[in-house]
This record gives sequence, C-alpha cells and structure tokens, in this order.
Amino acid sequence: MSGEYEPESIFEIPVGPQHPALKEPILLHFKIEGDIIVDVIPRPAYTHRGIEKATEARNYIQNIYLCERVCGICSFIHTLVYTQGVERLAEVEPPPRAKYIRVIVSELERIHSHALWLGVAAHELGFDTLFYYIWRDRELVMDLLELITGNRVNYAMSTVGGVRRDITDEVAHQIKKGMKIFRERLDVYTEVVEQEPTLRKRVVDVGKLSPHDAVALCAVGPTLRATGVKRDVRADDPYQAYDEIPFNVATYHTGDVLAQIVVRVLEMYEAANIIDYALDHMPGGPIRVKVPWNIAPNEVISRGEAPRGELFYYFKSNGTEKPERVKIRTPTLANIPAVRQMLLGYHIAEIPIVFASIDPCLSCTARFSFIDVKTGKSWVWDREQLRRYSLKWYGKQ
Amino acid sequence: MALGLVKWARIKSPWILHFNTGACNACDIEVLAALTPRFDVERFGILLKGSPRHADVMVVTGSVTRQIRDRLVRVYEQMPEPKFVLAVGNCAATGGVFQQCYNVYEGIDKVIPVDVYVPGCPPRPEAIIYGVVKLLEKLAKS
Repeated sequence: MSGEYEPESIFEIPVGPQHPALKEPILLHFKIEGDIIVDVIPRPAYTHRGIEKATEARNYIQNIYLCERVCGICSFIHTLVYTQGVERLAEVEPPPRAKYIRVIVSELERIHSHALWLGVAAHELGFDTLFYYIWRDRELVMDLLELITGNRVNYAMSTVGGVRRDITDEVAHQIKKGMKIFRERLDVYTEVVEQEPTLRKRVVDVGKLSPHDAVALCAVGPTLRATGVKRDVRADDPYQAYDEIPFNVATYHTGDVLAQIVVRVLEMYEAANIIDYALDHMPGGPIRVKVPWNIAPNEVISRGEAPRGELFYYFKSNGTEKPERVKIRTPTLANIPAVRQMLLGYHIAEIPIVFASIDPCLSCTARFSFIDVKTGKSWVWDREQLRRYSLKWYGKQ
Repeated sequence: MALGLVKWARIKSPWILHFNTGACNACDIEVLAALTPRFDVERFGILLKGSPRHADVMVVTGSVTRQIRDRLVRVYEQMPEPKFVLAVGNCAATGGVFQQCYNVYEGIDKVIPVDVYVPGCPPRPEAIIYGVVKLLEKLAKS
C-alpha cells in the first residue's frame, strides 16, 4: 500500500489497561487500517506510585527496600545499582567477596527473569505446553535463590557496603548442581526454538527492527542485542566483579521476535557459565564494610545491566541521612519507542507477541506528563518548572 | 435445588480475574507461579480468565494508584454477582512500602470491598493457595 491513508478508513482500538499481553496495566491505543497497524500510542502511566519523591523522605537504608520494590522481577539488580550508587556517594569500596556474591545473585535473577519471559512469550503464542514446562524448570532457580537469600522474589540481599548473607560451600555445591540440571533443560528449549515449526511460523520475520532504528530509538538490552548490536553494560562499563569474569555478549542478527528468543536463551547459558566461574574464583574475606550514616554532598551515577537492559540511577546527597534527589531510568521505558516501531505494519493478531517481546515490565515505567483536555495538547515539565509552579501555587494560599 | 447446583458448581470451579493496580510485579509472578505446575491451583478447578464478565473471583495486587482507581471500580462493577475479592500482598492490604506516597490509596479496601487478605511481600504461592482455600470456605457458607 502507498500514499496517504483515508481518515475514515482508519479504525481505533484501545487495548487495556486491564489484561494486555502481560498482567500489568498499560493502555495501547492502536490505529488500524484493515488488519494492519498504522500507529500506536502507548500510555504506561497506570502504575505511577511516586517512588522518586518517596526516596527523599526515607533514609539510605530504608530506600533499599523501596527501590527493591520498583520492580519485583528485577528486584536484585535495583538494589545492586542503588547500593552501588550510595557506595560511590560515600566513596566506599565493598569487599571483593561481596562483589562476587552480587554477581552470582544477579545472574541467577537474570536466568529466572528470562525463563519467566520465555514462558510468557510461549503463552502469548498459544503454546501453553512450553509455558508450563519452562515455569516448572524456573522453580529450580527460585529454589536456589531462596537457598541463598531466604526469599523467593524480593531478596533484601544487597545492602550499602556489601551483602547481607554469605554463600557457604554447601550452598555453592547446590548451586552448581542446579546449574547442571538447568543447562540440560535449556538444551531441550534450544531444540524447541530451532526445530518446532508451529513456534517458528509465529516468530520468524515478525516484529522486525533494524540495527539502525534500534540505535536511533535508544533501545537497550536484549531488544538491542537481537538486532546484532553488541552493547552490554556488563562488558562496556564493568561494575562489581564483571571485569574479572570472562563471558560473551550474546547477539543475533535477524532483529525479529525469534532473535529475541535466541538472545535470551543464549544469555541464560552465559549466566550459568558466569555463576560457575564466579563460584570457583570467589575470594575469601568479609562480605560487608561499614558506611557512615550521613553522606557528604556529592553527585554520582550508577549503571547496571538488568535482565531487560540498562538500568540507570542518578544520586545527589546533601550531607544528611536522606538523599536530595534520586532519579531512576528503567530499561522498559527506554524500549517503548522501539516497540512502537516494531508493531507498525504488522497484523492485529501479532500485537501480543510483539509487545511481549521487549519483556515489558511496566511497574517501573510510569512517568508524569500533562494533557490539556480542552485543547488536546500534551507537554512534560522538568523539575525546575514544577518547582516554580509549586512556589507560585503555594504563594497564592 | 437449582441454586444449590449453581453453588456447588461455583465452589468446584471458581474462575478468577487477575488485576494489577500498581503492584511491583512480585505478587503477580507469585500468583502466576501458583497457577503453574509446581503449585497448580487448577486442581481446585481454578481457571484464569481474561474478561471480568466471566469471573467469580478478582485477585487484586498492588496499592491502588490514583490513575487506576476508576478502572478498578469499573472492572469490579462488570463482574456478575455474587463476586469475591482476594487481596494479595501487603500493598493490597495497607499500601505496604508505598504508604504515604502521593499517588496511592494505601489498600484496596479503600476502594472496593475485600473478602480475603493474603499478607506478605510478596506472599509465597503456598500462602496464596491458603487464601484461595479460605475463600472457597467463605463461598460454601454464602
């Protein structure tokens, strides 16, 4: 088809906020021409809870537990990047053993998150058998996480200055045994992805994204790596013990949904290798150092590779026990312009799998913007404008 | 007689609707884990449904945000009578860690009536199953 679309031939379909691809609230406003998607307007703000503001009212230790609950699936990487940032603020170096334990837990979390995603993606394709098999095997990783940290989802493991629990030899042995079994299961899923014709029919050449678009739209994580661009915070800007551990950055060249699945399966293999290497080369010593309660005025950033891509924190301290400002940029927010591009030109039936392919985790994605209902104009305010508005508003009182 | 049959059928196969009102996803993945093979609540006849019009029980997670409040009420009103609500997680009960945030209502019972609370951050799948069984007892008495 070419040329301008006739306005009356375009049909609008709102999807959500209840029950789109995942179980989270998002409103996707589709414009449809026949069966083809011509435009998408995502509105992800239904889970806005005001966490950045709440961090200013809590001290550095209380904020660990708040930041952990920015997102439940990638809860460890949030605490890791948060505590790493606070350590940089206070100019404290965590002990080497703590760095290795952080790497092990964050890689286990990556496996659990990717397995979860693979299951959900299979469910979106209508392949529920695969969904149930993967979720059964994911419980193996959940058991290991529970063994190390004492909880299944929100671990409360990383703290300012180190970690809260050590990994004993017995636990290390259990983790290695678990990884061996999990690798065997991964071989089965690799075979399914490579050979199952019903699966391949749904994912090959669907939701394509070119490397040029992916970089231009600032995609991150597996979404970017699925287009063949080798970019990973763990390799490009190593944090914790990643500079001492050899690993490959998994990429795939096709840029469609199949590539996203392949990249995530390869990353699970890599994560299992990293865990084994880290367990073998873990240094001894303490797992935690003391950090002062009040932190002198300072300004730092902290980055990490979450299962979904680059996670970014900005910190400003003011000499008290509470931060002046914490800014969080999560990977799903960065991937939303890319998923819009991926949906354009495909059929309605492909919405769930293409949208789910970026592994959307909307609980961290909500942002504030303004919409004038009368004129339909929308705009975004920065902090300075908001501050000025609040001063003006309170001045009237 | 017919009423008794309907009630018997409802206890043997309560269909649930899962609604996230601003949770961090942790409760949501534990609810999903409860549905999958290790824990398997489907053995009680529980089936996850997409539409509120098919559902008997609404499983709600999260501390209701101001954005989602109207949608939660609308989804609740679309469910046919009799309807039951299972609040999963600390946020759903009291607001949890998000208490005193400017955009949350601190608990689902501020907006819609709740039948069973399952505390925990997040509750384990076993706890969610226990909550479901409590709800089935309540269904039998209703």
